[in-house]
Amino acid sequence: MFMFEKAVTGSRKYWLWLLGLFAVMGLGTLAYLYQFNQGLGVTGLSRDVSWGLYIAQFTFLVGVAASAVMVVLPYYLHDFKVFAKITILGEFLAISAVTMCMLFVFVDMGQPTRVLNVMLHPTLNSMMFWDFVSLGGYLLLNGVIALVTLSAERRDIAPPGWIKPVILLSIPWAVSIHTVTAFLYSGLPGRSLWLTAILAPRFLASAFSAGPALLILLCLIIRKLTRFDPGREPIQKLALIVTYAMLINVFFVAMEFFTAFYSQIPEHLEHFHYLLHGLEGSTTLVPWMWVSMILAVVALPLLIVPRARRNEKVLAATCGIVFASLWIDKGIILIVGGFVPSPLGAVTAYTPTLPEVAITLSIWALGALMITVFYKIALSVRESLSEA
Amino acid sequence: MKITRQAFFRLSGLAGLAGAARKLLAAAAPKRWAMVVDARKCLRDQGCTKCIQACHRAHNVPEFGEPKHQIAWIWKERFERAFPSQRSEYTAETFKDKPVLVLCNHCDNPPCVRVCPTKATWKREDGLVMMDWHRCIGCRYCVAACPYGSRSFNWLDPRPHIPALNADFPTRTKGVVEKCTFCEARLAQGRPPACVEACPDKALLFGNLAEADSEVRKLLRARYTIRRKPELGTLPQIFYIV
Repeated sequence: MFMFEKAVTGSRKYWLWLLGLFAVMGLGTLAYLYQFNQGLGVTGLSRDVSWGLYIAQFTFLVGVAASAVMVVLPYYLHDFKVFAKITILGEFLAISAVTMCMLFVFVDMGQPTRVLNVMLHPTLNSMMFWDFVSLGGYLLLNGVIALVTLSAERRDIAPPGWIKPVILLSIPWAVSIHTVTAFLYSGLPGRSLWLTAILAPRFLASAFSAGPALLILLCLIIRKLTRFDPGREPIQKLALIVTYAMLINVFFVAMEFFTAFYSQIPEHLEHFHYLLHGLEGSTTLVPWMWVSMILAVVALPLLIVPRARRNEKVLAATCGIVFASLWIDKGIILIVGGFVPSPLGAVTAYTPTLPEVAITLSIWALGALMITVFYKIALSVRESLSEA
Repeated sequence: MKITRQAFFRLSGLAGLAGAARKLLAAAAPKRWAMVVDARKCLRDQGCTKCIQACHRAHNVPEFGEPKHQIAWIWKERFERAFPSQRSEYTAETFKDKPVLVLCNHCDNPPCVRVCPTKATWKREDGLVMMDWHRCIGCRYCVAACPYGSRSFNWLDPRPHIPALNADFPTRTKGVVEKCTFCEARLAQGRPPACVEACPDKALLFGNLAEADSEVRKLLRARYTIRRKPELGTLPQIFYIV
């Protein structure tokens, strides 16, 4: 298979890491078999909170996948050479994230064996159908792009000319995957937390912040663990992207607060009340909400002040903070919070169960495994080139 | 009057044809099924659950005992929850915190149908919002889309939890969504929905909106009625007399 031989040679540490990931995946598989056998009742989901951790992870990771465009666009559209070394890392991150997205949707299905009905009975008026199309297409596009460009790099030749339009197509496509994902929510009557035209822009802003923040962290880890150095400049440019995107994201969130609290329309307000201090004594999401907001507020000066941003140690911490803040925001609060209170005003607490957490962790472990293997291949190709 | 055998056969044949034609015409006449709930009549006996029992028995609706996994086709909801926009400190005593019967609204513009990725739920010409339990993939997008909480998901295998099995109606499997079907099988036989038949106070009136002189149309003309969350544009077809 595609340069796969590079992935099966590695140090003891490399194998231990893979072994650990396989162990988590194994546990998750067992948990999934249990869920498959018993039904989604083994999760913390309920009549009122009918989507939870799985769909929230899916939503967050669509953003990570889309964020590859933040390196692809400057490099291919503006010939921004600084990103030459890390573009392939962005594309592999996208491939891993999209795969995780698909798995998170899959494990959320009540009848997973029927999931291909979406393709058998294509329904153009359903946003979920379009999400299948856009995610599938994005996976295919990035798979082809990564394969073709890396093969060319290995043979030390320029990639074939036909790949350029494919790469250009992947740019609007990346925007589309997260827009369609926002449309899943923002077009539903009676779910006031999501019924906002700014949801898609907000999704994109938080994605273009969290994704590049993760990419910076991955670059720093690679530099530590391998002989490959992505270089200081691309990391600094990524940090600038994180800064702008995070500012825009916080601005968008502030607009949501303004609209809800100034209009004082109860249906809009209640969700914010639930998130900020709880309703009817139910406060499960309150600590998460505050941690996410405080982390965002802490991250902003660390990003904006040039001295802090240029210090790579501080930057690493800042990226961790940004990632954590936005993961809580999209990977927990925004989805679960949309269900409480229910359209009938019921306040139902949601806490994921052990099998649910195990399944979630195992999909994250698979993502980490994919990134590890892909990066190993890409970096081995580079190393053998520089040695030759 | 004398009648030949030939004339007799001719006449009876014609009569048969006329009868069949009348039936055909009636079937082809436009239909728009709807229900009027007389919430005042329904309040006469607040402990009454006859319609709910009749429906849930007829349709093999399971009882899980656990509210998180509850499945309900028709149930009683507090007035303020059924009609959140009518919430007021000064709600008339008649309705304050009182139970109101709720079920699928069989919306004329149903958001659940709009979002379903497999056409497992769809709206019929006569307005019934239907469910195909064999096509549903259990994504619960319709549950998120319904602003009335009228859709239930089978979080676990429902079969062991059916109190008394009705062999004339299918059971469901785990992992699919279900809801009120307005008793489409009974309608096909010319019978009213099970809940309507079971109500001792005749608080539920079922009929055809497309027919100008139907009982429901007469009642809607005579009495002031409200609908649940009309501001969402879903056009519910359950009307409430309050």
